[in-house]
Amino acid sequence: MSTGKKIWAYRRENGRVGVRNYVAILPVDDISNAACVAVANHIQGTIALPHAYGRLQFGEDLDLHFRTMIGTGANPNVAACIVIGIEPHWTQKIVDGIAATGKPVAGFWIEGNGDIATIAAASRKAKEFVHQASGQVRVECDLEELWIAAKCGESDTTTGLASCPTVGNMYDKLIPAGLYGCFGETSELTGAEHLAAARAATPEVREKFMTTWQAYQDDVIEAHKTSDLSESQPTKGNIAGGLTTIEEKALGNLEKIGKKVSFIDVLEPAEAPARGPGLYFMDTSSAAAECCTLQAAAGYVLHIFPTGQGNVIGNPIMPVIKVTGNPRTVRLMSEHVDVDVSGIVRREMTIDQAGDALIDMIVRTANGRYTAAEALGHQEFVMTKLYRSA
Amino acid sequence: MTTPHLLVHDPKDNVGVVVVEGLEARTEMLCVVTHDNSDFRLVARQAVPIGHKVALRDLKAGDTVIKYGQDIGRIVADVGQGEHVHVHNLKTKRW
Repeated sequence: MSTGKKIWAYRRENGRVGVRNYVAILPVDDISNAACVAVANHIQGTIALPHAYGRLQFGEDLDLHFRTMIGTGANPNVAACIVIGIEPHWTQKIVDGIAATGKPVAGFWIEGNGDIATIAAASRKAKEFVHQASGQVRVECDLEELWIAAKCGESDTTTGLASCPTVGNMYDKLIPAGLYGCFGETSELTGAEHLAAARAATPEVREKFMTTWQAYQDDVIEAHKTSDLSESQPTKGNIAGGLTTIEEKALGNLEKIGKKVSFIDVLEPAEAPARGPGLYFMDTSSAAAECCTLQAAAGYVLHIFPTGQGNVIGNPIMPVIKVTGNPRTVRLMSEHVDVDVSGIVRREMTIDQAGDALIDMIVRTANGRYTAAEALGHQEFVMTKLYRSA
Repeated sequence: MTTPHLLVHDPKDNVGVVVVEGLEARTEMLCVVTHDNSDFRLVARQAVPIGHKVALRDLKAGDTVIKYGQDIGRIVADVGQGEHVHVHNLKTKRW
């Protein structure tokens, strides 16, 4: 079943394959961002991941916070991790979660120490981790050992004609060979939810999907909407690109799961897939940075992002490969495009050829090629917050 | 094959998507159905931007618009064949 294609990547302690080699400096909470940024400014080869939350969260929202923090540190693209929080207990919980992967991780807290002593101690450890990480060499791995997520953004009608079918073609070729795939965007399947449900592998998964989709309708959309969502779903950018309704947008979106594979489980936000290789649906927002952050926290090491009008999203630890089929976007925003499939709408390129071009770019990116978003410094790290803190 | 002006996903669709920039009114468009690669000609009655939809036949208020062979919403103002279909005459049935 293997494609026989090889990549050069990092084999982690738990056997997973990473395509980048970051030493992450992870804040437990918003007020520890400054210390993390200071460490990253001081110690070269590290990356700080500042974010807005982590204080007074509770219940399911707190569970999601820990899952996202631990999952981000545990991601195979991270070689080692420094965790800094205001106090020791939640810091240690995240350290312990990451340590379960076997990778080097150390926690520091600010209360009773102050920023300066914390930064000094964390910097010393971070330097040690940088020497360990930078001494690692890439090894030959199978392409299908990758976990590759997908999400589309600034979609337009070309997304459903070209870039999403390209991603679908890649999944049709690689998932049967052993790849882990992932799609999400619960609200954005509205209008195509019946078609998505039909792609569930079993009646149990189908029911889980429909329950998740209906809950998003009831608890998020219906509970909070003040209008018909015009300008939010579809967005102003979608409308400028020719998409008129959520149904039309959803049908284009769903093209990216291909024609053949079924999804084998429904994941909570940031939940790691646990049923082996295959395609997974994750309950996520359709906002690009939130969705990508959750998929990276679930363990996905590469992301494919089909765009129509030209979304510029990136992620700090997971390379995001942009695919577009819109000739105007290629003309106006080429610096953001990794894979140009606009030949599809000119009927010069088949979906099958486009899928092969994407797989070629996946191999090159896995081997170390910077994506457009990496070269342009896009590092959007955005936590999903379920409700207000206590 | 000549570059098409308009792509249609499914033979059941009653709208297609303009895939060239600068399409002018009265252009006789080459239209291709991607599902089976069949083609036909249709005159654009208005200038329509790339990515935007054109009605393949006359559509009346209340009609369902079909794209990908699926329901994408209802017509809220009459549209003539070859005219622009967008937020001014098509609305979601969902929210």
